[in-house]
Amino acid sequence: MSNSFDVIIIGGGPGGYVCAIRAAQLGLKTAIVERENLGGVCLNWGCIPTKALLRSSEIWHTLHRLKEFGFSADNLKFDLPAIVKRSRRVAAQLSGGVKGLMKKHKITVLDGEAKLKGKSTITVIKDGKSADYSTKNIVLATGARAQTLPGLEPDGKLIWTYREAMVPDRFPKSLLVIGSGAIGIEFASFYRALGADVTVVEVLDRVLPIEDEEISAFAAKAFKKLGMKILTETTVEKLDKGASSVTATLRDKDRKTETLTIDKVILAVGIVGNIENLGLEQAGVKVDGTHVVIDKWGATGIPGLWAIGDLVGPPWLAHKAMHEGVIVAEKIAGVKGVHPLDTSKVPGCTYCWPQVASIGMTEAKAKEAGHKVKVGKFPAIGNGKAIALGEAEGFIKTVFDAETGELLGAHMIGAEVTELIQGYAIARNLEATEAELQSTVFPHPTLSEMMHEAVLAADGRPLHI
Amino acid sequence: MEEGTIAKWHVKEGDDVQAGDILAEIETDKAMMEFEAIDDGRIGKILIEEGAEGVKVNEPIAVLLEEVERSASGLAAAPKVAPIKGSSPPAKVEGIVSVMNETRKAISNEKKSPVPLASSQSATSSTVEAGLRIFVSPLARRIAKQKGIDLSAVRGSGPRGRIVKADVEAAKLGAAQSGTRAPGAISGLPDERAFYEKDAYEETPHDSMRKTIAKRLTSAKTLIPHYYLTIECDIDALLVSRTRLNVRTPKGDGAYKLSVNDFVVKASAMALMKHPDVNASWTDTAILRHKHADVGVAVALDFGLITPIVFGAEEKGLIEISNEVKWLAEKAKNKKLKPQEFEGGSFSISNLGMYGIKEFTAVINPPQGAILAVGAGQARAVVRDGNVVPATIMNVTMSCDHRVIDGATGARFLQTFKGFVEEPASMLL
Repeated sequence: MSNSFDVIIIGGGPGGYVCAIRAAQLGLKTAIVERENLGGVCLNWGCIPTKALLRSSEIWHTLHRLKEFGFSADNLKFDLPAIVKRSRRVAAQLSGGVKGLMKKHKITVLDGEAKLKGKSTITVIKDGKSADYSTKNIVLATGARAQTLPGLEPDGKLIWTYREAMVPDRFPKSLLVIGSGAIGIEFASFYRALGADVTVVEVLDRVLPIEDEEISAFAAKAFKKLGMKILTETTVEKLDKGASSVTATLRDKDRKTETLTIDKVILAVGIVGNIENLGLEQAGVKVDGTHVVIDKWGATGIPGLWAIGDLVGPPWLAHKAMHEGVIVAEKIAGVKGVHPLDTSKVPGCTYCWPQVASIGMTEAKAKEAGHKVKVGKFPAIGNGKAIALGEAEGFIKTVFDAETGELLGAHMIGAEVTELIQGYAIARNLEATEAELQSTVFPHPTLSEMMHEAVLAADGRPLHI
Repeated sequence: MEEGTIAKWHVKEGDDVQAGDILAEIETDKAMMEFEAIDDGRIGKILIEEGAEGVKVNEPIAVLLEEVERSASGLAAAPKVAPIKGSSPPAKVEGIVSVMNETRKAISNEKKSPVPLASSQSATSSTVEAGLRIFVSPLARRIAKQKGIDLSAVRGSGPRGRIVKADVEAAKLGAAQSGTRAPGAISGLPDERAFYEKDAYEETPHDSMRKTIAKRLTSAKTLIPHYYLTIECDIDALLVSRTRLNVRTPKGDGAYKLSVNDFVVKASAMALMKHPDVNASWTDTAILRHKHADVGVAVALDFGLITPIVFGAEEKGLIEISNEVKWLAEKAKNKKLKPQEFEGGSFSISNLGMYGIKEFTAVINPPQGAILAVGAGQARAVVRDGNVVPATIMNVTMSCDHRVIDGATGARFLQTFKGFVEEPASMLL
């Protein structure tokens, strides 16, 4: 094996491995460095294993509605270790799959931690041993990790991050989730569905604060109905750890404090880029906070040095990282006609209960940006398939520019909306206006009919409400 | 000609017109044209307002209603648009009218209804459909329509060149900057203005002549395989003849003053008759050998240049040529040239001798096969029979389209030309 490459990617997460595959497809001699498991956080400790856990909680949720669907059963129980084991098996299967993909594309996988050394060399360190590799291009794809707050540092035992929350050894009876973004809300949904007493605190005035306000309001109501306690405009003053529980001091917007004793705390207040120990400073890479600064093509400004994914900033989404990985690989290979990523075309999905998905601008943001908008809304209660599924909770909202008909944003809450949002993503990417969406035939009976109705509603002409 | 400006409407909606009536004046890149009705009828609707620029050839500009006999079938049938494409244009301006004349004729009964307008709109859209398909996102199409952006002038940056929102927005910006909608924005290329300080230049938006010059000469110089032949002509004998002839001019009516260039036009025409291979045009499928020497003479204008044509110059005398060139130049300066006075031609002459230019090369004026660049007649020392003697020498350089004229063919033509110029009386032989 030669030690010289066209491109070496540091980090085997979704951004990194996709970048490697695309680079290899384009004929570049490619290597990828991973210190832990191929697939990164997404595949091993994020997106994928949480979806496995949430699938279990969803089944548990349905089991409690057996009567409604015409079944009966006694003595329902769940087996936490089995649920966790399945989640780990799913992650392991996919990580193995990525390994297979690397092999298929003849990508060299370098096991260890990478550090920049000079302009076109990296050192890979594993168990105290190091080896140098020369390369024409380096792609930084080291991802991010949970942000911690002073006084609220996770200890892995009583105060968890996503990582420990993913593999509980015992089921916590009560839980405090700090932060109501996607990560916090997904764990809150999982544990609440299995019966834990869950309190969510959010410093801002609403849950899922990046979503449209109406979605947040609907979600908060749904979460409360499931028995979640939601405390907005509330901060955690301190956490006092006992032997097997934590006492949290919470302060609300009126500066009133209350204490809450729980078994576990999950810290989900955001993420920070993994910028340490890479030799970025010596290389002269510009860093803003914990994110590497890049141009629209992922270039750091240092010739041959690129960066993608969570490391370069929001939205912190695997599919955004993957897309950036493709763009950078194509720029390196000199592909013509590459387009930079437009983050307003990146959909976001949250797998809480009910699911939330969105793309583009919220109604408020669109107005803030100076658009004269027209808004369409359609509730799941008007959709036949949703009622048949017994999932008639939720709605879809579309935001159009009133003059040009541009689909500025779409916001959805309800069953399987994470699978539906791509329809609006395609529409946005192809620059369809309300006219094309209105004239599109949506199959009946499907949940997707709600998408059609929400567009018709923007012109005041929904059919089923 | 691809587009024009509706300079003036001579009719208004509801006017009855007869074939031959002047409907409008249309200004093109080269000239002002009167646009005549080709059929009797009534102006049902004027689709393009006076002053509208960049009206594409074949774009409907008005609806002409034709009265029909009231009959059962006539009433029952839905009014239809029957586009007439220059079926009987005035003979002289045939080429122009047939392309410009897209007055739509709608068959309708006497009662006025919005039908003709609606019909004309459907006719418009079918015209668009018949044309080249433009790939454009629905959103970009709508924005372009709202902002009046011509999509055919916008370069798409989307996948496979599709025009997307960003492109029409950039076009909008470009149009606003230059104060004209015509060129559109060529996205992806840096704006040349970026190289200069903002107040260090004065900006003159392209008029239609400048655009035509740019387009035609770029096309000619890049597509035609030019080569150049230079020959020296001793014009002492010519100058003597010219002086002798000029003193014979009558006073007042019939007065003339021959220029050296008039001799050059005549000598070219005579040489072209002897060398039909040079009096020729290239087409994709054949070479056209012209039967007459239709010689274009480049005329410099304050606002550009144009090459009006002396048709059948081989049959015309020096006085006739001289007067015609003066008259054409005058018309050109007043923008009064008719297209048929500058379109076509079999050969061109460009003379910069009056500016003291010794010799230069000219760009071929397609579809012609050659152009002669004429320099100044200058007194030079020449060697004749071993002796250095003074002579007035005029250099001419012919640019030839090698697809039409091979080197030796061009050279033989120049030999003949030189013979005629050096001994004008030999043209009488």
